[in-house]
Amino acid sequence: MGSEATLFYLFGAVAVLASLLVIGQRNPIYSVLLLIASFGALSGLYVLLDAPFAAVIQIIVYAGAIMVLFLFVVMLLNAPHEDTDYDERTHPLLRPGPMRFGAVLALVLIVELVWALTKGSESGAFAGGSTSSVADIGRSLFTTYAFPFEVTSILILVAMVGAVVLARREEQ
Amino acid sequence: MVTLNHYLVLSAILFAIGTAGVFVRRNLITILLSIEIMLNAVNLSFVAFGRALGAADGQIIVFFVMTVAAAEAAVGLAIVISLFRHRESLNPDSFTALKW
Repeated sequence: MGSEATLFYLFGAVAVLASLLVIGQRNPIYSVLLLIASFGALSGLYVLLDAPFAAVIQIIVYAGAIMVLFLFVVMLLNAPHEDTDYDERTHPLLRPGPMRFGAVLALVLIVELVWALTKGSESGAFAGGSTSSVADIGRSLFTTYAFPFEVTSILILVAMVGAVVLARREEQ
Repeated sequence: MVTLNHYLVLSAILFAIGTAGVFVRRNLITILLSIEIMLNAVNLSFVAFGRALGAADGQIIVFFVMTVAAAEAAVGLAIVISLFRHRESLNPDSFTALKW
């Protein structure tokens, strides 16, 4: 087993474990912090995939900006625990109706996806050679994808105005 | 030898974890976090496909997905804050005013 495979399984295990713990936590602050760990592992996987730019923006934008926003809101609302009408320690499969149904659906989804992916006959080995330098990405982003890139700025403007309007305290 | 299929299976597992989180958790913030897990699972398969096809386009789509995720998080959290002001609760079961 090469070092690439070792790193893949290491990062993959960290990502899956951290994500499982995210949805297993009752306290949202721990969920957010564990999700940052999961994003760090994903960023390592991006490095293994020859995508250093994606790895860096994963850390800066996701772990740095979006997760801090989540953390800020969790602390602002100061509502650490879920208020549910059943015992939180029961297994998800034993909880009332829709939740049990949802957990079963997610299990079916995972089985189906893995089954479909392992049915494929081709090995899907990666071609050699790195093709995705940051310069290539930048050139492509500002030529081929120039229009979507500009539309993105409108999207962010709309999101900014929307967030301000929604979170504003209403005047009496 | 790590192949494209390895990454796709990992992405499928992460996506299913996100789906399970949306169904199982009863907290609006954790539900938004589960959506982020799903978006990241999709990002992983975009980057893996980009690497397999030898093109930079996979990473550019990731860039756009991250922008949409940032916008979604900002608007979603603003909605969560204003819902919390109304009901003093983050349980989605307590927001049933539009239920028929």
